[in-house]
This record gives sequence, C-alpha cells and structure tokens, in this order.
Amino acid sequence: MSIDIVTARKVAKLARIRVEEADLPPLAEKLSGILGLMEQLNEVDVTGIEPMTSVTPQRLKRRADVVNDGDRQAAVLANAPDAREGFFAVPKVVE
Amino acid sequence: MSATWTISAARDALRKGEISATDLTMSCLTAIDAGDALNAFVHKTPELALAQARAADARLKGGDAPSLCGIPLGIKDLFCIKDVPTQAASNILRGFRPQYDSTVTSKLFDAGAVCLGKLNMDEFAMGSSNESSCYGPAVNPWKVDARRLTPGGSSGGSAAAVAADLCLGATGTDTGGSIRQPAAYCGITGIKPTYGRVSRYGIIAYASSLDQAGPMTKSVRDAAIMLGAMAGHDPKDSTSADIPVPDFEAALTGDIRGKKIGIPREYRMDGLSGDIAALWDKGADMLRAAGAEVVDISLPHTKYALPTYYIIAPAEASSNLARYDGVRYGHRAALSAGDGITEMYEKTRAEGFGPETQRRIMVGTYVLSAGFYDAYYNRARRVRALIKRDFEAAFAAGVDCILAPATPTAAFGLGEQGTADPVEMYLNDVFTITLNLAGLPGVCVPMGLDSKGLPLGLQLIGRAWGEADLLNHAYVLEKSAGFVAKAEKWW
Repeated sequence: MSIDIVTARKVAKLARIRVEEADLPPLAEKLSGILGLMEQLNEVDVTGIEPMTSVTPQRLKRRADVVNDGDRQAAVLANAPDAREGFFAVPKVVE
Repeated sequence: MSATWTISAARDALRKGEISATDLTMSCLTAIDAGDALNAFVHKTPELALAQARAADARLKGGDAPSLCGIPLGIKDLFCIKDVPTQAASNILRGFRPQYDSTVTSKLFDAGAVCLGKLNMDEFAMGSSNESSCYGPAVNPWKVDARRLTPGGSSGGSAAAVAADLCLGATGTDTGGSIRQPAAYCGITGIKPTYGRVSRYGIIAYASSLDQAGPMTKSVRDAAIMLGAMAGHDPKDSTSADIPVPDFEAALTGDIRGKKIGIPREYRMDGLSGDIAALWDKGADMLRAAGAEVVDISLPHTKYALPTYYIIAPAEASSNLARYDGVRYGHRAALSAGDGITEMYEKTRAEGFGPETQRRIMVGTYVLSAGFYDAYYNRARRVRALIKRDFEAAFAAGVDCILAPATPTAAFGLGEQGTADPVEMYLNDVFTITLNLAGLPGVCVPMGLDSKGLPLGLQLIGRAWGEADLLNHAYVLEKSAGFVAKAEKWW
C-alpha cells in the first residue's frame, strides 16, 4: 500500500505539521517508501501472539497518593515563549 | 598535559595526586577548542567544568573520592542539565534551559565527574549519521581520503569526542543502535544496558520503550566504571528496575572458560562487508581461544526487526513529540493576523522540526491512526514479542553471550546515504536494532581496521541484567584484539 497526496495531507494535519501543497508529492513518496519496508511484517504468522506491552516483565511501582512536589511556578514558566501574569499565553482560542 | 587519558588511568593518577582534576580539565578544554572542526561539542561549559574540577580536587584531597571524581566527561545534548542549553539538536528547543537535572547527569556529577559541555547528535536521536542535527553533522576523527566521514548516529558527537581525546568518556543513548553504531564507526567502546538499568528521567524522550542511556569510552574497563555510576533505581522513572547494581569493574576477570557463545546465522546477510565477515570469524576464534564454546544459533525473526522498529519507534515518537507545541518551551513561530492556535501548532512544528523528525512523527501518526492501528502498530508489537522470544530461546538453551557484527560496513562519507531514500539510512541499524526491541544489553568493542584503515567493531549481546558478564566477555575480546590505533590528527 502506498500513501497518496490526500493521505499525506491528512497525516500532516493530524500531526499538526504544516506542509505546503508543493511539498506533498515528495513527502508522499518518502512515506510510501518507509511503508513499503513495513509491509514485510505481513509475512509473519502472529496467530495467538499477544502484542508486547512491557519490555521487561515488572509490576509498575506505586507510591503514596500525596503531594510531593509543587510551588514552582517560576521554573515552570521559565522557558515559555510567551508567559504573562503567571500563565502561558496563546492566541485566542474562544471568540 | 594531554587529554589522552582513559578514565581508569586518570582515576588512579588523581587518587595518587600525580595529576589534578583542574589540570586534566584544562587539557580537555584546550583539546575541545582545538577540535572545533569535528563539531562534536555544541555547547561548551568551561566555567561549570572548572568549578566542578576544583570541587573534585578538594574531594580527592579528602581521600575517599569515588571512581569518577575529577573525570572530565562530555554529555549528549539529549540530557537535561540545569541552566545548560539542552536542545536535542533540534531548532524547536533552541534557547531551552532545563530547570532540573537528568538523573544520569546528577548521579555522574554527584560522583565527582566534570561536565565539559553538550555533544552533537541527530535531532531527537533520530538518525544514524549525525546529519539530522540542527548544528550540522559532527565529523568522524578517522579520515583516510579527502572525504569527511560520519561518526555515526545518533550519539555521533559523543563518539567523535571520545575518539579524538576531547574528553575521557561521554554519555550516549541508544534507541536502535545509537551508542553501538557510532562507537563502531569511531573505534571506541559503548554499551547499551538492559532496558530499565539506567533511569530515563530528564533524558529527552524519543521512543520510551526502547530508549536507554549508556557510557561511551576508550576501554571496556572505563565503560564498566561509568556504567556503575549511571545505573540504579530511580523513583522518577517508573520503568527503572529496583534491583542491585553489581560492581561491573570487579566482574572483569578475563575468565570466560566454559562459557557458551552463540553465533546467529541470520546475521550473515547480504550487504555485510567482507572485512566485517572476516572480523566476526576472528572474534569467534578469540573467544574460543579463551576457553569459550562457540555454537551456531538461530534468531529466526531477525529480518523483521527493522520494519518492527520503524513502526514502534515512530509511533512512540509521534506521541512523545506532541509536547512541542510552542506553548511551554522552545520555539514558537511568528504568527500572521488571524492565526489561531491550530496555525500556531502547525507553523511552530513545521519550522522547529527537521525533515527526518517530521517524517517519523508523520509515520507514527499514520500507523496509530484509526483503521491502521491494528494492521501496523499492533502487528509490530506482536512481531516484537516474537523477536524477544527468539533471544529467550537462545539464552534458555544455555548461550551466555551472542557475538555479532555491530554495523554492515565501516563509516561512510557525510552526504552519501539516505538523501533520496530514508530507508537506505535505516539499514545501518540492522544489527543493533534487534536487542532494543528485546530490551537486552549490548556492547560494541573496537576490533581492528579495515583494508582502508577505518575502525571496525563487533557486538556482544547479553542476557537481561547480565551487563557484568557481558562486559567481561567484551574485556576478553578487547585484550585479544589489542586495538590501540588512534585517528591521525587532522583537525
């Protein structure tokens, strides 16, 4: 299966990456090449095999449900491209 | 003083008071400034280095200094260090200064290590040649003709810096071979530990079920010393293993009598250079001569590792890299009148991410999207289980270590691969990628030079949590091969 321009445009949109119309054909071609590599997996018999969910069998650690960090507003905002009055600022999202 | 020291020799000399951490650090800083043509160090931290060196000298005088006290290291740009630029070689993190330290760097600094600066890499660790870096590629110190060669990737700056004696050791990370492949291309040692041995906290994420940090050094002993300081349980990484860290250096006995070494027949594939095939046979002979038994084994799903990886890693990347949205840190695109938040995301990510990162995010988005999730992502996770099972069967049959090539060829020229077809570049990872999928440790040891004079390495793969035994096998290979060649200085 190959990726056409319509699919490339849709994937770019889902990934929130702007791709100019003129750049869609080469992108579709490169993505198709990568997808071609993946098609090899169709040869493998995976009947009865569960998808791997954990690299090493282990029960995830749990900790007490208590506050153990916080009060770091300045550090949290220190790298923001636009921080105002203790908040992250973004373009208007509601009219 | 020169900066050609190994960690173990410098440790002993520092403890005896024959050299000082400050002098050693100064010599590295001088070598780094003289090595700009290698483009290995992308953010230098001389003030931090000298302050840490002075503190190390004071601690050394006290008498109970740990192994890494006063040892100058380079740190891959993927590791957060408080107030030190950290941008994963990406324009999207330009200007980012972490407000905290990664667990690995804080453990290294607590042990007295000196931070010389940040090292070049492929953007977000996605690449095998260092060419996807926003800083431009690091260059391999090895040079045999007019071409500039790749140091490999993604930890290419780390490998180049260690091979060129700009630092005594460096941190790397390995998601599909990013420690072992550059180590092989630059003639140094690098180990990717078992998944969970080293904390991932504060290491900028690429593919979380595959990422693992490890040391890149001039000798197996140095790798053992440095891994000991990096490893251990961390409550801040839920996948880090709460098991004791052995004394890796003490495990280097050089005795592998009675051990069983597996040679996987599926790794003898098309495209393997004749030099490497011959070296592989020689490596097996060396282990045999040291008293090990060498047996043929089969890892039948080997050829499916590459496609499996290039589904799972991009899928995890598309999710991990969703955080770069122009809101909380890093780059935000200049917006036009009327642009809303969606345009801000789309323009920011188009400007900030390089082409390979964009492709991997989009591939990941595609394989996770409705209608394709089962056909691609879930199938890949099933095949991954089979790849892991292959290794488990080999180890259950009594194999202690697996010997394999690290790369299909020696280092290639910058600009020679992958420009037309990204898959050509992916093929570099064919021997290293399998064990990331299985979570196993692997070490690359330099073994010799090819017919052109470029270094070649071999790879040993060990049992889960078996780094101590694995490093001991690597130590035997290192002693038998006696690789001492250095790149001739041209920079």
